[in-house]
Amino acid sequence: MSEQSGENDAGGRKGLLRPRLNRGQLIVAVLCAVLGFAVAAQVRSNDKDTKFATARQDELVGILGDLSQRSDRLRSDIRDLDATKSGLQHDAQGQAALEDARRRATTYGILAGTLPATGPGIELTINDPQGRVRAASLLDTLEELRDAGAEVVQVGDVRVGVSTYFTDPSGGGVMADGHLLTPPYRFLVIGDPHTLATAMNIPGGVLRTLHNSGADGVVAQREKITVQAVRSP
Amino acid sequence: MIALIGLAAGVVLGFVFHPGVPLWLQPYLPIAIVAALDAMFGGLRARLDGVFDDKVFVVSFLSNTIIAALIVFFGDQLGVGSQLSTGVVVVLGIRIFSNVAAIRRKLFQA
Repeated sequence: MSEQSGENDAGGRKGLLRPRLNRGQLIVAVLCAVLGFAVAAQVRSNDKDTKFATARQDELVGILGDLSQRSDRLRSDIRDLDATKSGLQHDAQGQAALEDARRRATTYGILAGTLPATGPGIELTINDPQGRVRAASLLDTLEELRDAGAEVVQVGDVRVGVSTYFTDPSGGGVMADGHLLTPPYRFLVIGDPHTLATAMNIPGGVLRTLHNSGADGVVAQREKITVQAVRSP
Repeated sequence: MIALIGLAAGVVLGFVFHPGVPLWLQPYLPIAIVAALDAMFGGLRARLDGVFDDKVFVVSFLSNTIIAALIVFFGDQLGVGSQLSTGVVVVLGIRIFSNVAAIRRKLFQA
């Protein structure tokens, strides 16, 4: 439509407008060509690599951080395994292998609760004069201890393992793995004493909850906690 | 007509030469393209309305793309680049839709 009116105008003004109009149209065409070119380039570059090319700087930094962390972890794994390998290769009588297996058996025995253990930790005593502490409270306490990095736990004379359970018997007290516990409940916990004590004392944590329900917990940090109770394998 | 030929020629050239997008242009090119599309639909609408003007089209095309890229650039400098580009795309999308609606009304009387 405008092309036609342009022709008429140009005819009327003796070509004064014609070159300008043509140049304008040419510029429009060039711009459209640039647009088409850019669209094609963009579509192609999107096809090529969608993951990193379009990611923003902070995303890239996050990905890079993850990767370098991962490679650090894997590298330290490689170092450990190399050390184990060279140790195994250098001993003829299998002394190192035996040592390694023994050490591992000890670790697993302590974790599974079949061996006694000694180490720094805390002693948590829960006094319950009104008989308000239920199995759920003790389970919460145990979970909190595990979250805080407890390695070995003994409650009363029961060694805690992965399958330890608490129940409420009818006559008061709490049953742990079928043993009746009576107040005061005494947790012996091996782990980092400071971390464990902090975890017990945080606002809204175990001790606060127990206090609100009428019981009273005391944490004592110890240089040496000896856990003698064992679980039968 | 020449414009359409130019557009087609651009697309063909782009696919024939398949140029890589330079790194410094990568965050801004998609936004600039959307802005240019808006200008193009605006031009088409003006043409159908009979008020198309080359100068207006050129100026709006260039200013649209440059301003869109600038907004994203400042957003990147301020740390809100992704949010701002989303905002720009939304605004330009709305404009494109309204332009296309006007074109449709003109063409189909509906």
